[in-house]
Amino acid sequence: MNKSLLIKGGRIIDPSQKIDEVGSLLIAEGKISWRGKGEPPKGDYDILDAGGLVVCPGLIDLHSHLREPGYEEKETIASGTKAAARGGFTTIACMPNTNPPLDSQTAIEYIKATAAAEGVVRVLPIGCISKGRKGKELTEMGELAAAGVIAFSDDGEPALNSYIMRQALDYSRAFSLPVTDHCEDIVLTKDGQMNEGVVSAKLGLRGIPNAAEDIIVARDLALAQLTGGWIHIAHTTTKGAVELIRRAKEKGINVTAEATPHHLTLTEERVIGYNTNAKVNPPLRTERDIEALIEGLNDNTIDIIATDHAPHTEGDKLCEFAKAPFGISGLETALGSLMGLVHKKKLSLPALIAKLTYEPAKILGDKRGKLGTLAVGAEADVTVFDPEREWVVDTKEFASKGKNTPLVGEKLKGKVIATIYQGKIVYKDESAK
Amino acid sequence: MTTEQIKTVAPKPTPVWQRHHILDVDDFSREEIELVFNTTTAMKEVLSRPIKRVPALRGKTLITLFYEPSTRTRLSFELAAKNLGADAASLSATASSVTKGESLIDTVSTLQALGADIIVMRHPQSGAPDIAAQYVKASIVNAGDGWHAHPTQALLDIYTIQEHKESLKGLKAVIIGDILHSRVARSNIWAMTTMGMEITLCGPPTLLPNEMGKENHHLPPTNIEHDIERALDGADVVMTLRLQLERQQSGLLPSIREYVQLYQLTEARLGLAKPDALVLHPGPVNEEIEIAPAIVHGPQSLINEQVANGVAVRMALLYILAGSQKQ
Repeated sequence: MNKSLLIKGGRIIDPSQKIDEVGSLLIAEGKISWRGKGEPPKGDYDILDAGGLVVCPGLIDLHSHLREPGYEEKETIASGTKAAARGGFTTIACMPNTNPPLDSQTAIEYIKATAAAEGVVRVLPIGCISKGRKGKELTEMGELAAAGVIAFSDDGEPALNSYIMRQALDYSRAFSLPVTDHCEDIVLTKDGQMNEGVVSAKLGLRGIPNAAEDIIVARDLALAQLTGGWIHIAHTTTKGAVELIRRAKEKGINVTAEATPHHLTLTEERVIGYNTNAKVNPPLRTERDIEALIEGLNDNTIDIIATDHAPHTEGDKLCEFAKAPFGISGLETALGSLMGLVHKKKLSLPALIAKLTYEPAKILGDKRGKLGTLAVGAEADVTVFDPEREWVVDTKEFASKGKNTPLVGEKLKGKVIATIYQGKIVYKDESAK
Repeated sequence: MTTEQIKTVAPKPTPVWQRHHILDVDDFSREEIELVFNTTTAMKEVLSRPIKRVPALRGKTLITLFYEPSTRTRLSFELAAKNLGADAASLSATASSVTKGESLIDTVSTLQALGADIIVMRHPQSGAPDIAAQYVKASIVNAGDGWHAHPTQALLDIYTIQEHKESLKGLKAVIIGDILHSRVARSNIWAMTTMGMEITLCGPPTLLPNEMGKENHHLPPTNIEHDIERALDGADVVMTLRLQLERQQSGLLPSIREYVQLYQLTEARLGLAKPDALVLHPGPVNEEIEIAPAIVHGPQSLINEQVANGVAVRMALLYILAGSQKQ
């Protein structure tokens, strides 16, 4: 058993308990055992000095790509969970677009076993909606649910036909799990490379219009209304989609939605110079869309922030723009990027932390332990970060195999100092005392 | 003797020119374009001599790397290189290891290892030369990339126009056709704007990006006109673009027949432009589709002059680039 750990004198922010106060946190036997402002109970423990730092529940990312099995050159469960720990995440959900895809109990068991043996943080698998991600027949969702999937998604193979989507939303109701959709009308976006707009017109690249996302979001919301099923909108990027989701929530449709750090902070202009590391799907949009997303975060139209961590090898991205795969490696820059929104006063610090802890924990429910909270008795998943610390993104330091980020060389303000998973320090910055 | 000969041929590249690659004309200054034009005039003088050669690029190696078929562009670059005494070689993507899956960056690195000082590249993907330029020391000259840019074509087009006009400033140019997929249009929009021309783009809405014509930070101002007759009213310069026949199959046009009815440059329509309006086409021409044959071969057509000036403009660009390499 790990020795007990006292996280001393930090600004404890826990939206699950509406706490924002300076205090200390004691961790014993993998659980939060005490929280208070004064002296902790006597005992033998290590001390982590959190003076001037923020202490919050371990971050939760409900959308990442760990690439294993099948694409281990891009990422593995071992490297991806190390990247998560460096990014302050103690729980990550992995998408099923692996090879073979996660469409069977056996595949889910493989993820769980590998994560238990090699992972340094909690890995929660997402199962496929359709067998082989082919969009023809539903997976055995009951068996996948029993094996522990937290959602169903054919992410990476977007937009099932409306008939299958309807069945998925309907059938999944029996397990109270969401169906997560990558909303893209692929007929409209065929061969699209980046956001359709002034930059695509300048660069001569085929565009991906906002309408392609809005159309499928609207359809999915209609199908959720029809069936009563739970639709989770992955990586929302457009103003139109935010408006549709807001209206659906007003109508009581069972919908949750996420946005990514890159869509919340970067625009299509990042592509100028044909930067393949800024090539991502859905694409980076415009300031107008970013404003709508932030408004959506603030009024809870957008429930959570998820990274859509999509690692690729350097060779994958070292080519003509049109040939490069979509995706940004995001776990290790997420918090630093998002803190930019806090520093610019677009989002409060407790609101940001809620979107990364309490809100995703609500989507997970209580089947996987008490996550996303620092309540006494909860899993001792804790993230300690310095909101003011500036650092320069150097992909050589990444634990992820994916060095594909448009933020290379950029200065971010806000850095993870320590990540504690089940009471054990799984990442520690050299400055940690 | 060699040095003396060059001096009489063209002005020395001045500090106006800092470029190592020619990827696009979007950031060319008026001074740079004028330098190219003055050098082109000197090169035309060389081409008028009985022996059309100067050894300004002796010892330099130019390789053309074409991933798309081309007749005039490739040939004019090779002739330009030879006229300047460079060694010219060529690589066709279809006949090389490119078809065996060699990557763009491996290919340009190989050409550099083979001693290329200048790589002239044509590629079906927008931005391919920009990517190549990040990985080689050789100068990359973009001979057309995807829908993005065709800088040497735009420079030769405008050079040809200014041979017939006292000033470019304020000239009204109309570009007609498939703007969306046209690298020639994109490059001309930039360079014409820099030279003070006013541009109207004309074509069916499906072939004209919505964003063009709106005020923004990334594209120069243009007028959009979907009616060819209104677009041509009072024009000084009319450029028609080649219509790729597959645009109909991909649903962007109902039929070629309707395109001809709505957008073909006919003699009657040309009559709406100024009487001395100039007609350009980057070639190859689909006669009887985007332009009436009588205009192609008529007195207002500069189409053959464009081809002839292509060699001189490319000589000028290679000469200026080689000068900047020495520094």
